[in-house]
Amino acid sequence: MLLPWYALQEGLDSGAWLGGLWSSEDYGSGFAEVLAQGKWWLSPALLALMGCFGLSLLPIPRERRGTCLAFVAGAGVVLFAAQAWGIGLRGWTAGWLTALFGEMESRQVGIGAGAAVALIALLSLLSIGLALRGAFGGDAFVAGAVTAVATSILLFTAWPILRILLQAFQNGDGAFEPALVIERLSAAKIWSLRCLSGSGRCGVAWNTLFLAVACGAGTTALGLAFALIVTRTSFRFKKTLRVLTVLPIVTPPFVIGLALILIFGRSGLVNQLLEWSLGVPPTRWIYGFQGVLLAQLFAFTPVAFLVLIGVVEGVSPTLEEASQTLRADAWTTFATVSLPLMRPGLANAFLVGFIESIADFGNPIVLGGDYGVLSTEIYFAVVGAQLDYGHAAALALLLLVLALGAFFLQRRVVGGRSYATISGKGDAGLPVPLPKGARRWALSVALPWATFTVLLYGFAFMGGLVKVWGRDYTPTLDHYIKAFAIERSASGLIWSGAAWNSFWTTVTLAAIAAPLTALLGLLAAWLLVRQRFVGRAALEFATMLSFAVPGTVIGVAYVFAFNIPPIEITGTALIIVICFVFRNMPVGVRAGIAAMSQIDRSLDEASATLRGRAPQTLIHVVLPLLRPAMVGALVYGFVRAVTTVSAVVFLVTAEYELATTYIILRVINGDYGLAIAYSSALIALMLAAILLIQLAVGDRRLGRRAAQLQGSRA
Amino acid sequence: MKITALALTAGMGVLASTSASAQGVLNVYCSVQVEWCTLAANEFQKATGIKVSMTQKGSGETIAQLKAEAQNPKGDVWFGGTGDPHLQAAEEGLTEVYKSPKLAELHPWAVKQNSDSGGKTVGIYAGALGYGFNTELLAKKNVKAPACWADLLKPDFKGEIQMANPNSSGTAYVAIATLVQLMGEDKAFDYLKKLHANINAYTRSGTAPMKAVARGETGVSISFVHDGVTEALAGFPVKTATPCEGTGYEIGSMSIVKGARNLANAKKFYDWALTPEAQKLEAQAKQFQVPSNKNTPVPAEAPKFADMKMIDYDQARYGKSSERKRLIARWDSEVGSLPKP
Repeated sequence: MLLPWYALQEGLDSGAWLGGLWSSEDYGSGFAEVLAQGKWWLSPALLALMGCFGLSLLPIPRERRGTCLAFVAGAGVVLFAAQAWGIGLRGWTAGWLTALFGEMESRQVGIGAGAAVALIALLSLLSIGLALRGAFGGDAFVAGAVTAVATSILLFTAWPILRILLQAFQNGDGAFEPALVIERLSAAKIWSLRCLSGSGRCGVAWNTLFLAVACGAGTTALGLAFALIVTRTSFRFKKTLRVLTVLPIVTPPFVIGLALILIFGRSGLVNQLLEWSLGVPPTRWIYGFQGVLLAQLFAFTPVAFLVLIGVVEGVSPTLEEASQTLRADAWTTFATVSLPLMRPGLANAFLVGFIESIADFGNPIVLGGDYGVLSTEIYFAVVGAQLDYGHAAALALLLLVLALGAFFLQRRVVGGRSYATISGKGDAGLPVPLPKGARRWALSVALPWATFTVLLYGFAFMGGLVKVWGRDYTPTLDHYIKAFAIERSASGLIWSGAAWNSFWTTVTLAAIAAPLTALLGLLAAWLLVRQRFVGRAALEFATMLSFAVPGTVIGVAYVFAFNIPPIEITGTALIIVICFVFRNMPVGVRAGIAAMSQIDRSLDEASATLRGRAPQTLIHVVLPLLRPAMVGALVYGFVRAVTTVSAVVFLVTAEYELATTYIILRVINGDYGLAIAYSSALIALMLAAILLIQLAVGDRRLGRRAAQLQGSRA
Repeated sequence: MKITALALTAGMGVLASTSASAQGVLNVYCSVQVEWCTLAANEFQKATGIKVSMTQKGSGETIAQLKAEAQNPKGDVWFGGTGDPHLQAAEEGLTEVYKSPKLAELHPWAVKQNSDSGGKTVGIYAGALGYGFNTELLAKKNVKAPACWADLLKPDFKGEIQMANPNSSGTAYVAIATLVQLMGEDKAFDYLKKLHANINAYTRSGTAPMKAVARGETGVSISFVHDGVTEALAGFPVKTATPCEGTGYEIGSMSIVKGARNLANAKKFYDWALTPEAQKLEAQAKQFQVPSNKNTPVPAEAPKFADMKMIDYDQARYGKSSERKRLIARWDSEVGSLPKP
């Protein structure tokens, strides 16, 4: 063990630890901490490692060796975790431990490189042991992948979230009172339905639910329309349409809301025009349910589109051709063959829209007026005048239950049927063009929407080029200069613009997080769809966990969980990257699952018959077919990392400031010009990144004839 | 001005890297406007050579963070933000007792904040509660600007008034506590129920109503008046007034975090922030609350306390979390749950 066991204050790259590996308490390696510093509780983990090494040399049968390995490594992991959580900054972390073992003189800080390596080694040995015993189909790669995904999700999603949800059961002093959660959850403020009878306001739970269902349905319909136009029509401006659908997803939060206010607000264009021409008094309809829904439709349709496009592309033309051979007309084919085949995609798109809506924070806060939803309610329970963590945790619990409900509903809709349409067999049909009715519907929905998007962005963009948005329309470049000035001096360029610092931090961290997000997401998806193992459903649910919980809760949960040993990473860039990865991974998982349920298992089996092992199958067969999903996950990982706000508000520091938090501060100060100038620059950056990812990953080649979609088929 | 500020920031960076090792560091959680935070950090760094690492967050977010970090604090000083969360932090033992030698130079309300909290926080500025109104909108509707609490009940203002929701906003809570102290609790709630007919939205954030006034989304807001000055300077048709019956105020405060790693530097910053030199920065950052040091010059644009009728706001009683919970719960059941007018 040549690395310091504990985390270092100055970081690993300083090199100061090299001299103190043996003698110093702060810099010591694992063995040194045990032998020279008397930290006996570290020894089980190290002994287990040595034991495993010995076991692998012993000449015993495979099965037995596997059992022993799994047992020793498993014990090592358990004892490692026990000591890490049991002994903290001030000795034992719990009263009963002190009572059991007596006063602890020593203390330990967060785990560092050495401890991390030891833990990873133990976990890999554990999975190898399990695989040797025959679990996971006897494949060490699958075992390792499951262990890696499960451990990381456990550590960085399940643990922090469960920790904060527990507070729903605690009173203000931290004492455990299970009855409190019932009291908190049964309040009229949450469940009242009085808005339906006109005698009062509805509870936040209903508000959230109404909004989420509308948003899920709306985004799915819009996303489907766009996906159909792009893949199944000869529509000329497909490329433009594709860019347009991507625009809202790369938009930093608040921009859509602010632009909507500028257009539909009481002093906005539409109202002013109506008043001027027809004498209609200006109204405030944009604030509330309608406004939030509109903004959410803008914001989340692209996600639905990204989920659906892979699915619509994947529907095999062979089946549609078969249907037509059986004399079904275009509409019957579409309604009875194509649409049902898209069902997993539709269900996934709805689920994503639904969950995005209930976890959305930026739009309700700008446009909600006094239409409260759970996410804003939670935010204000944490940071507002009441500062009631228990209440916040109870509401977060409710939010989770809603997400859970949607999740199971979706599973029931998709059901256990087969949707595989990409198989190893010849697949040479031409995609059937859309029936007239569907085509007309898709165009009539998508085109006005697209036009409106252009308008919205035109306005937002203009906002960065005038002095005071909504007031003084003198054109100016001041905002851009203030944000992105570069000065030339004797010693080279000086990046003097106010935004550069946060800009580079954001780009760097997002670029690190995106590939990790995609990798982990697709790996998890592959495991969930293709492998059978115990706890699969639990794992699938755990991957969705961080997606369903609003960002604010994640942020606070991360601070609670990772500000104290054993994992002490607040104030570092690492925690921000981890937050990005685990918050955005679910979309990679969903896209991967949707795409993979279309790829016939026979392809995997063929690869296995040809003696391809699991990693080879994954790399040579599955991944190339998953390119659209991979692009989706990479793009989404990057873009969300750049645009996330609520989750990272508590994690940023002066050193690692992010673009979005900087923008929010400008918005709060009413400095919209600078905020929008910065946002425009971010949008440009993200579009460039998306093109780059598209180019790098490439398209999937399905070996179908190049579709000639012009006009009707003979 | 912009360029000098930029040059300053860049220059400070260089300065900081050379002197940081000698004088140590200081982590400041800053809950005032970001320009002010940056100025304060830079000027303090210049005066003492201590490297300041400043994180700007709202006061609600900061106390949430202090609570989350209680076992292993990362911040040293919490500068600015409305007084209630500071009092609450004191109540929950998140902050440290400190008697600054500068206390003698402060206005009585700032010193009272210190004694009310058992020495754990101190006032650095105060801002009065009042109304903001959009002059163009009111002129168009031909309505006279409100001057008293009673004016707000006039049918002229139907659907024109915005105030924040006390569940989430400290500003709204100050408004309710002010009315309770002014009229007595039952009368105050009667007033709020009547006011409900004229309110178009209870926003989640305390500063949102003033922003809505500035952009013409609503005619009148119940806000802190210094926020209106900032909007007016940005070019919006906003004017402010304080109620003729009397009004309450917030005391922007400062506290030292309990368990601060750089306690000595935190105390240095604390003393420095109470000097006129430090408090002058507020006006430079275009903020117009009343500074707490008697010797700090008050900028001409700032609303003057002398021109207003102030109530004797009982920070100790109404800053307590139990009292706040009770009043907010009452507001919720009697006013917040009423149907939209």
